[in-house]
Amino acid sequence: MSAVVLAELAYWQVSILRVLGLLAAVLLPSGTIVYLFLFKMMSFMQSRLGPMEAGPYGSMQLLAEVGKFLQKEDLFPDGADRKVFAWAPIVVVASTFIMYTVVPFGPDAWFANIPTGIYFALAVSSVSVIGILMAGWASANKYSLMGGLRSAGQLIAYELPLVLAVLGVVIQAGTMDMQGIVAAQRNGEIFGIGFIGNPYIITQFVGFAVFMIAMQAELTQPPFDMPVAESELVAGYLTEYSGFRFLLFFIGEYATAGAFSAIAAVLFLGGWSLPGIGFDADIMNVLGPIVMLTKMMLIVFLVMWFRFTYPRLREDQLQIFAWKYLIPISLVNIAVTAVLKVAF
Amino acid sequence: MTAISERQQRAYIASQAADMRVNVELETEGMTLNIGPQHPATHGTLRIIVKLDGELVVAADPVPGYMHRGYEKLTEVRTYPQVNTLINRIDWLGSFANEVPFILAAEQLMDVEAPPRAQWIRTLLFELSRIANVTLFLGDMAVQLGAVTPVFYAFRDREYVLNLIESATGGRFHPNFDRIGGIKDDLPKGWIAETKQVMVKVNAFCDELEALLLGNEIFNVRTRGIGVIPPEVALSYGMSGANLRASGVDWDHRRDTPVGLVYDKLDWKVWTHPDGDSFARYWVRLQEVREAAKMVIQLCDGLPPGPIMAKVPRIIKVPEGEAWVATENPLGEMGYYVVSKGELVPFRVKIRSASFNNISIVPWLLRGVYVPDVITILASLYFILGDIDR
Amino acid sequence: MIRLSSTDIDNAEGAPATDELRSSLVEGLVAELHDGVVASHLVPGRDVWVRVTADAWESAGRVCRDLLGCTYFCYLSVIDWLPSPFGRSMDSSVDNVLEGVAAKDPEPMTHGVAGGESRFQLIARLYDVNRHVGVNLKVDVPDDTLTMTTWTKLFGGANWHEREAYEMFGITFAGHPSLRKLYLPGDFEGYPLRKDFPLLARMVKPWPGIVDVEAMPGVADDEGGE
Repeated sequence: MSAVVLAELAYWQVSILRVLGLLAAVLLPSGTIVYLFLFKMMSFMQSRLGPMEAGPYGSMQLLAEVGKFLQKEDLFPDGADRKVFAWAPIVVVASTFIMYTVVPFGPDAWFANIPTGIYFALAVSSVSVIGILMAGWASANKYSLMGGLRSAGQLIAYELPLVLAVLGVVIQAGTMDMQGIVAAQRNGEIFGIGFIGNPYIITQFVGFAVFMIAMQAELTQPPFDMPVAESELVAGYLTEYSGFRFLLFFIGEYATAGAFSAIAAVLFLGGWSLPGIGFDADIMNVLGPIVMLTKMMLIVFLVMWFRFTYPRLREDQLQIFAWKYLIPISLVNIAVTAVLKVAF
Repeated sequence: MTAISERQQRAYIASQAADMRVNVELETEGMTLNIGPQHPATHGTLRIIVKLDGELVVAADPVPGYMHRGYEKLTEVRTYPQVNTLINRIDWLGSFANEVPFILAAEQLMDVEAPPRAQWIRTLLFELSRIANVTLFLGDMAVQLGAVTPVFYAFRDREYVLNLIESATGGRFHPNFDRIGGIKDDLPKGWIAETKQVMVKVNAFCDELEALLLGNEIFNVRTRGIGVIPPEVALSYGMSGANLRASGVDWDHRRDTPVGLVYDKLDWKVWTHPDGDSFARYWVRLQEVREAAKMVIQLCDGLPPGPIMAKVPRIIKVPEGEAWVATENPLGEMGYYVVSKGELVPFRVKIRSASFNNISIVPWLLRGVYVPDVITILASLYFILGDIDR
Repeated sequence: MIRLSSTDIDNAEGAPATDELRSSLVEGLVAELHDGVVASHLVPGRDVWVRVTADAWESAGRVCRDLLGCTYFCYLSVIDWLPSPFGRSMDSSVDNVLEGVAAKDPEPMTHGVAGGESRFQLIARLYDVNRHVGVNLKVDVPDDTLTMTTWTKLFGGANWHEREAYEMFGITFAGHPSLRKLYLPGDFEGYPLRKDFPLLARMVKPWPGIVDVEAMPGVADDEGGE
């Protein structure tokens, strides 16, 4: 989507291209995550094979799953608030889609270049809370309601360390523009050594750790999966959903995992840039998305690794962890970063 | 004693009224949550009605009976060998262990004793069913706490044990292998060597879980201090097995009253834990699997030769009398009170299953805990629905 | 904790003819309850049964718990001594042919160890986890009232056992905090474990009987019978 190409196209053509690109950017990583991690890595860690029948090594399993969900009846519980119930998954998925719009995949491969991109992404990510609350409330189910409330409490609590962890990066990069953060890492250097640039995972390691933990909680993955804790709340706010609407939630969950890992890749791993290739080189518009996808998968690998290993915290322990540990740590991190930024 | 002045009285009444007003304003209507009968955490059909204040449990009332099969009635119209088939289905994860106390009770009434080899094989299969049963608990408790991986390890390694039970008895879950006066068949060829190999795997599984769960910080904060049962309360509710030993009561039928089984010839230990919380119950069970594996190896080594069946009539009539025999089953003390009137069928069989008593403490235990703790406590008490409902 | 004994097999026959531990339990109960103990039955090395009067039921539990150290509540249940009014219909005709007799008339009511006078007898087992000895307490439930005092104040575990006895045998426990049905649906009629409650499945389709009994190992097939 080079700017040169875009300039020659009509607005509607650009819009269609953008929508298609966004669909690919959302669905490709989430499909990869589900197959690679949820099906295969999980099975490997649990000493079983996972899906093997659909396609070679079960690679077509995903299509089979989607087909299965599409065939199912679109159920509405008796006491459900039908409109809210129907819209909730769409709100969740929409917030995920919008998050992707500000993530850069190459020097010109972006959907929207907003000067305050990271701010926008974090703001939009919390819209999904509304969708989850809607789902929990409208299902007319006590388990759903509890799941929805837990989810709201959790997402709000972990929004804070997430933002504070990002602040460290923003201070160090001096910009909120995601493209600018990539450039700052590409061109940065650590104590004069600059051949790999300065991926902020090194200088902002505390921030990275806090970001990863908060992200785990935002994604409601174990050990922070109380909203959908299956042994307690059956499936939390998802309990009453079936068929297509459940599929939307499902896509939303893993697309959000992709979106957050994309943001983490941009903030801490240097984004799409490759050392040795010019920052504005046209080749990076092709290589960049591949580099980004690799880095995203690395991040999701960590998320999933925790997910398959850890038991679940309790709701109050989760809040204690956020307010008493993560937030103070990230505040200290910001202060230290600010001091060092001025000092060097 | 000073008399209370009228002014003090008025002040007291006023303060009480003020308190009540505040409480009325703050009090939100509680919620009744119906956990079960179809709920992922009740692995079976136990229903627990909990009254919640937010996520805090105010009162809990378990409702068993969704799987009541009336075994005590059915035993009255079945001959003794037929009862054996029936009681296999009580605790379906460690079925062989269900048969042993009943057969022992019948043997006691008939004054028959199984030959030594039969006793050793009984003990061997008894411990194997304990391993098959408790390994699943070790994984299941983790999955109740949200860690999905250990349960797959548990299923994987239980499968080896089930294969052993299958190759010896012909049944994976319901062996129906015990007979009055002995056992049905001798062990197949090569079984002993295979068993020893499997015990190595079982021990490795215990080590794996110890590394994966017991040292895990989240597992610790979720289980330590949750669902503490003091020993007096545990005894008064008739809790038994690992649940009781986790409360610090050092009592094990296998060591103290080994009726008809050969535990007194083995070198093993009874583990107790002083804490009485969910962690202690998990820990004790983990050690028990290890001890069981140790015992199985010793039993394999010491298996005496000889017949496997005592001389019993083909059609079994049990002389008149009453007998109570209890053994230390995987879930706790399981006993049968058999009343015989000298006929083909027992006159009355009282089945004292462990889970029934273990779960009857739930209303006492589930007060002032959070909903996630309900699941932790239920998982750590470890019940099998067939063992509650019979 | 570890016991490595000699290799010979000890059995019940080798047990002593007297059992001081168990007889001390009986003596303790007699000393406290005096006339409350009606009868007792002791099998040395095995078990002991003590039958108490209905009035002494609660205090028997208390004495066992507080003075005799039997703090572990094992179970509480009921035995219905009425011979099944359905005669031998519980067995199939095949069995009767094998026996060579026609269906018997209902026999007179006989009681088990430690005797008994009423149709329903409550049996409870308490255990001493330190001395490893248990006692079976029996009590005759008065035929006219079918009411007993509750043990729930003594043993928490008695709650569910008494509820089970209530729904299965129709015994009422005075002072029980919530005497509801435990297993059965609330509107269930009848008391299933009573002997006069028919097992309908067996009425509809007779049991094929014991003819399919398998041969025991070591016993030749033709060696059947008694």
